[in-house]
Amino acid sequence: MKNLKKLAALGLTAALTLGLVACGSSTQAASKNDQAAANSTKTDQVYRTLDEIKESGAINIGVFSDKSPFGYVDENGEYQGYDVYFANRLAKDLGVKVNFVSTEAANRIEYLQTGKVDVILANFTVTDERKEEVDFALPYMNVSLGVVSPADKVVKNLDDLTSDDSLIVISGTTAETYLIENYPNLTLQKYDTYANAKNALENGNGVAWVNDNTEVLAFASENEGYKVGIATLGSKDTIAPAVSKGNQTLLDSINEEIKTLGGEQFFHKDYEETLTATYGADYEEELVVEGGVIK
Amino acid sequence: MPDLGLDVLGKGSNLLRLLGGLGIALRISLIAVVISIPLGLLLGTLMTGKNVVLKFFLKLYLEFIRIMPQLVLLFLVFFGSTRVFGWQPTGELSAIIVFTLWGAAEMSDLVRGALISIPVHQYESSQALGLTKGQTYCYVIIPQTVRRLIPLSINLITRMIKTTSLILMIGVVEMIKVAQQIIEANRTASPNAAFGVYLVVFVLYFLACWPISLLAKYLERKWG
Repeated sequence: MKNLKKLAALGLTAALTLGLVACGSSTQAASKNDQAAANSTKTDQVYRTLDEIKESGAINIGVFSDKSPFGYVDENGEYQGYDVYFANRLAKDLGVKVNFVSTEAANRIEYLQTGKVDVILANFTVTDERKEEVDFALPYMNVSLGVVSPADKVVKNLDDLTSDDSLIVISGTTAETYLIENYPNLTLQKYDTYANAKNALENGNGVAWVNDNTEVLAFASENEGYKVGIATLGSKDTIAPAVSKGNQTLLDSINEEIKTLGGEQFFHKDYEETLTATYGADYEEELVVEGGVIK
Repeated sequence: MPDLGLDVLGKGSNLLRLLGGLGIALRISLIAVVISIPLGLLLGTLMTGKNVVLKFFLKLYLEFIRIMPQLVLLFLVFFGSTRVFGWQPTGELSAIIVFTLWGAAEMSDLVRGALISIPVHQYESSQALGLTKGQTYCYVIIPQTVRRLIPLSINLITRMIKTTSLILMIGVVEMIKVAQQIIEANRTASPNAAFGVYLVVFVLYFLACWPISLLAKYLERKWG
């Protein structure tokens, strides 16, 4: 019996060591792949070039399938939304069929790095950290923070507030970080979930709620008696298509496509078709980036 | 009666899509069950044998699978195999591989436990009655082991069915993912749909697992 226990302990240790080694080697392999991609060596590349995609007749595009109104599946099982509208056009202009892959926020980069999709069009915000891992094309949408407050006491400027007025934020969001850095003297009320923050605003616990501007705009249009006083707060980030690091031919072709589409005001049309129902027509200019040019 | 937003399931092909999602979940888990149960029986029997080296490796395999969260295993197979070997398994195949490895490991331990729980006097009495080793296993040990294994393996099978809810992370659109898609597509039209849709998901999981429990009860009574 004693021997068995020893054996089990030994097995456990070995399993743990093996696990660590396995993790180590996979990260090594990953960095090797990145290097290979950077050198654009044909042999070790994970991605498919533009010609390979055209030859196969179908492009794999990673989109959200449960983030209405950007990428979702309607009641007939069809993919819809702002991102999907562009994806369909992109595939059409490349002359290939589109094959949608349902992705999650957490695995978007991994999908590109392993070549399981050719393009990610899943409301992907451009950040410096992500630029190290994937290549972003020209942007097609703006995001920033927004502030929503009760319609009878609209907060139009955060500088008007004193430390007596508290602002509602969701913990761990960019809104929290931004306010702590830029308005250290304001009082924050932090909530863990969207639902709790919503309740807090409805109960009047704070004077306003700061969140992604798409979220606050949607909230104001869905709930009577609330108004977005500040639709763009702080630094503007952009949403752009992303391809595997080093996939230059595909990247160039997407950039070219976005520039060309600017001529026909394609993304304005996209907004009107997919986003007006949620955000209203008033925010079209705030949210849409046309032809890849940020104003 | 509060509004559960159940009407969203009547829109378009929503209910059919949800059932299709259940179909995918059941297909993956049942293929894995069919492969892993016999494999587990074999490995479990080997674990009670005398070969120390073999036992060591089986134990290693079991512990590796047991301490790894299933999600990590899914990522290892789906993304890891591409990074390391350049393979491109589909999400469904990756899920079947992981669930088979997991099922076989846990099953082997259940078999080992059931086998060593048979008291030594059962072997000795059989010998005293003049039964051969084969007869002892066939008529005395295996029937008792199987009876002990039924509730344990049913538990494992239902856990495998329920754990398919993780495979949405590797892009397989199964029942939970379809449910999330339906809820989110109707976010403004029926904000309460989440409750109703998840309630239906609960009922569907129940209907999928309940017959298995009934079968187990029947077998226990028949062999008990």
